[in-house]
Amino acid sequence: MSDLRTPLARVKGLGSAKDGTSHFWHQRLTALALIPLVMWFGFALASLPTDYITLTSYIRQPIITVGLILVIIMVFYHAQLGLQVVLEDYVSSHAKRTVAIILSSFLCLICALTGIVAVLKISFGA
Amino acid sequence: MAEFSLPANSVVKQGKTHKAAEGVKNIRRFIVYRYDPDSGENPHTDTYEVDMDTCGPMVLDALLKIKDQMDSSLSLRRSCREGICGSCSMNIDGANTLACTKAISDIKGDVKIYPLPHQPVVKDLVSDLTNFYAQYASVEPWMKTDTAAPPDCERLQSKEDRELLDGLYECILCACCSTSCPSYWWNSDRYLGPAALLNAYRWIVDSRDEAAGERLDDLEDPFKLYRCHTIMNCAKVCPKGLNPARAIAETKKLLVQRKM
Repeated sequence: MSDLRTPLARVKGLGSAKDGTSHFWHQRLTALALIPLVMWFGFALASLPTDYITLTSYIRQPIITVGLILVIIMVFYHAQLGLQVVLEDYVSSHAKRTVAIILSSFLCLICALTGIVAVLKISFGA
Repeated sequence: MAEFSLPANSVVKQGKTHKAAEGVKNIRRFIVYRYDPDSGENPHTDTYEVDMDTCGPMVLDALLKIKDQMDSSLSLRRSCREGICGSCSMNIDGANTLACTKAISDIKGDVKIYPLPHQPVVKDLVSDLTNFYAQYASVEPWMKTDTAAPPDCERLQSKEDRELLDGLYECILCACCSTSCPSYWWNSDRYLGPAALLNAYRWIVDSRDEAAGERLDDLEDPFKLYRCHTIMNCAKVCPKGLNPARAIAETKKLLVQRKM
């Protein structure tokens, strides 16, 4: 079927989604937060105690628990935002793109929740 | 998915070589993309050996010499030959630019000339910019006001406010920037592209315009605006030395600013 709409009608399409700024802003904010967090996490990993008892008591310190949870939240939120951008860029089919974005977002959510629950279990001494 | 390779009927084949006349010493080879939709054949590149002793200094001079003296079937757009009309935009030596302001002496080796990338080709170096012009029209590039103009004078603008338009108003809509942008290649059906967004910003920052909010509303969209990932090809190729990427970044800043 030929498209007899005018070029302007095609460009205007369904109009503006009035959205995208929060995505853009959160991507920058999480990136910024990840600079100190990842540096701290790297140093912490390098200097981790190797025996089980000292390691768990290290993670149980409130500030370390909070730090680890923050790393997990920021990493997976940032990953979800970034994956969405990549999928929007390269998957041109609207249906495939929507499904891929939903699946990747759920994957990030599951990874983040699993990480947080693991940290909390250690922290609360289960 | 985004297209990473050319469809079979767009693969560029080798064409013929137009030799320079006997005795010509100062020769430059121009390899030019040719496509004729009426022939039903694939596009190809023809090679022209141009006598540089009788040719002007710019790529456009060589193209017009080819069309006048070697092969009248070559199609290209040109008008002002001084970088103000934006007609002769094409891909020369791997980068989009204006043939009229690109010096042949700045190019090493053979001069390779193609139409603007990722646009439908009408014939040879003439690409179809219908979508590009519609995108420009969609940002409503004219002054919008609710206040009536003063009865006895123009709408006034301070010198400082006028200076905000420098680096924006000079855009000649040659499409070099938009067609050099990978985001535009993949999503030009929804992404407005650097040229249209630079012109949208030109009206957003115009102190006389009263529709900045509505203009920002219309741009706030994951595809229309936020496909720009500051790749910077636009600023790199702009033959007028403008920086559309900066205009887009400033637009994003304004959108964040009005939320805070």
